[in-house]
Amino acid sequence: MVVFGQFLEVLIGGLLAGVLYSLVALGFVLIFKASGVFNFAQGAMVLVAGLALVRSLDFMVARGVPTWAAIVLGLLFAATVMAITAALVQRLVLGPLVNQDGLSLFMATIGITFILEGAGQMIFGSDVYPLSLFPTDAWFMFENAFPGGILVNKLDVWGGLIAGALVAGLAVFFQRTKTGRALRAVADDHAAAESVGIPITWIWFVVWLVAGLVALVAATVWGTKLGVQFSITFLALKALPVLIIGGFTSVPGAIVGGLIVGAGEKLAEAFLGQHIGGGIEYWFAYVLALAVLLVRPQGLFGERLIERI
Amino acid sequence: MLYREAGQFKTTYSADMAIFPIRQDRIALYALLVFVFIGVPLLARFQIWPLGSDYMLRAILIPFLILSLAAIGVNILIGYCGQISLGSGAFMAIGAYSAYKFGTGIHIPLAWFGTEISIAPLPLIVSILLGGLMSAVVGILFGVPSLRIKGLYLAVATLAAQFFFDWVFLRVQWFTNYAPSGSVNAPELSIFGYLINSPIERYVLCLTFVTVFALIAKNLVRGNIGRQWMAIRDMDIAAELMGIRPLYAKLTAFAVSSFIVGVAGALWAFVYLGSWEPLAFNIDRSLQLLFMVIIGGLGSILGSFLGAAFILILPIMLDQIPHALGIPVGVETVSHLVFVVTGSLICYLLIVEPHGFARLWSITKERLRLWPYPY
Repeated sequence: MVVFGQFLEVLIGGLLAGVLYSLVALGFVLIFKASGVFNFAQGAMVLVAGLALVRSLDFMVARGVPTWAAIVLGLLFAATVMAITAALVQRLVLGPLVNQDGLSLFMATIGITFILEGAGQMIFGSDVYPLSLFPTDAWFMFENAFPGGILVNKLDVWGGLIAGALVAGLAVFFQRTKTGRALRAVADDHAAAESVGIPITWIWFVVWLVAGLVALVAATVWGTKLGVQFSITFLALKALPVLIIGGFTSVPGAIVGGLIVGAGEKLAEAFLGQHIGGGIEYWFAYVLALAVLLVRPQGLFGERLIERI
Repeated sequence: MLYREAGQFKTTYSADMAIFPIRQDRIALYALLVFVFIGVPLLARFQIWPLGSDYMLRAILIPFLILSLAAIGVNILIGYCGQISLGSGAFMAIGAYSAYKFGTGIHIPLAWFGTEISIAPLPLIVSILLGGLMSAVVGILFGVPSLRIKGLYLAVATLAAQFFFDWVFLRVQWFTNYAPSGSVNAPELSIFGYLINSPIERYVLCLTFVTVFALIAKNLVRGNIGRQWMAIRDMDIAAELMGIRPLYAKLTAFAVSSFIVGVAGALWAFVYLGSWEPLAFNIDRSLQLLFMVIIGGLGSILGSFLGAAFILILPIMLDQIPHALGIPVGVETVSHLVFVVTGSLICYLLIVEPHGFARLWSITKERLRLWPYPY
């Protein structure tokens, strides 16, 4: 029973941590779906959003603005920063690179990553900034079923709720609004969408804006968890196996992939790690992704590629 | 006017197929080789500008040569065979650590069989080449998924190699000969009893490796196997229908590429760093190599050199400029600035010339052939 309790605790912790990975992976999926760009800069966007938020918060709180107002204004400010970033990226980098192959666009986003990391830290500073929007204390469940109960982090639960709300919101946005439908049309076929009068540059701006806002949401949760700091950009690397497992083009895939990666990683670390030396969290997700790819090359939920000559 | 091939008639097949069919190119190449093999060491020996101090050799030329070699390896895989890899750093690490193990002797206790495998320390050149060989073997292993997955999915799959080997060399103590700090020191560099110590000797060693492997690579990509790689890159299904075996072509590309990258890794560790830890070969190194290849030009050996020079020298230049202009900026600001400028330049170059410096070079050559009468 003790082992089962430990298993359940690790599983729940892993699933909730996985949802946090999904938050980052969602941004990738949105941009990839709409523009075929594999956006390496998503992690840097999380960093910039987080820095903008936490620095403006600190600035206003230090000047006596009430906390709730500071949070609202800070979120607005960070959203504006992300909007400016989206506009600049679209206008200066992706616009001129239309019709280049995927590799060039991917490289360009690595360039954008460098710019965002450098500029973000130059403007907002490069220390570790604590952010406390959500409660971070632990929470014990099922105390009568298992000895000691199961420890669950409240922040992770918040992360799960937010991710759920975000996915629901995105689903409504994609299915019900005019812009959302235009986005899906662009994702299907750029040229066809343009020929029926969908303004493609505007659509790409919207996509990067939405990805930026998703990054902001991810930044609030991850910033509370780790503090806003440079290493948050490595989240992009954590999100890649999630994408692979779920498939690049599927929003539900990002969530399911996140759950699989989170749970698998934590379980492997807890039950396998001690036998072969710790720290296997570091690569386990990637090897898992590799195994999935060998069976399903397009990921679990990705669209099947049909190739013609 | 000078650069014109009028009057150079090719009378044999081999003359037509030469690496440098134009006489001026050959002369320029020989001049360059003479300069780098004899001129540079002489300049450095007598401390004449620009090689007045060791700095130029130690901090610029040697890393440039080694990274060019690695970039050639990466270019074979990405530029010629079209298989995107983000795991090149791992293959450098495999080359480095295998060469280290071969160079310091290998003991594998096989207690179950009541015996042990032990290999005495091998000479420098042999252990570097064996390091490349180990890297090639692992490269083939991680190349197998490329038969099923393509493009960006493959890129992420190769990241598995990167993270896995980062971890292996950090956690498995056997590879570091149980060094307590986790960092290892290269064995002394001796070739047939001759000890390689000074920067000049190290430079010549690297240069020899780079020249030999660049020549081999250039000939490989011109030959049968290189054409198979390019066919696979351009459209793998069509290539398969024409009778090219994807299994063979892709895996040879992985093997050759990881071999060269592995040798470069061994040189990087032995000759440039001297003592190193796994951090020297992390994901940043892989991205750096990818940048070199893209900026230099995919599918071009010359491009690998140009890209390596650009990516290596850019941050050094950027570091120096504020000093030279006397603008007081903090160290941290400079490092952030380097990020911003590097990123912007990469974006700019991708927009202006997506085919890299190699394309610029060939455009210049075309212009030069017609200069000064462009008709």
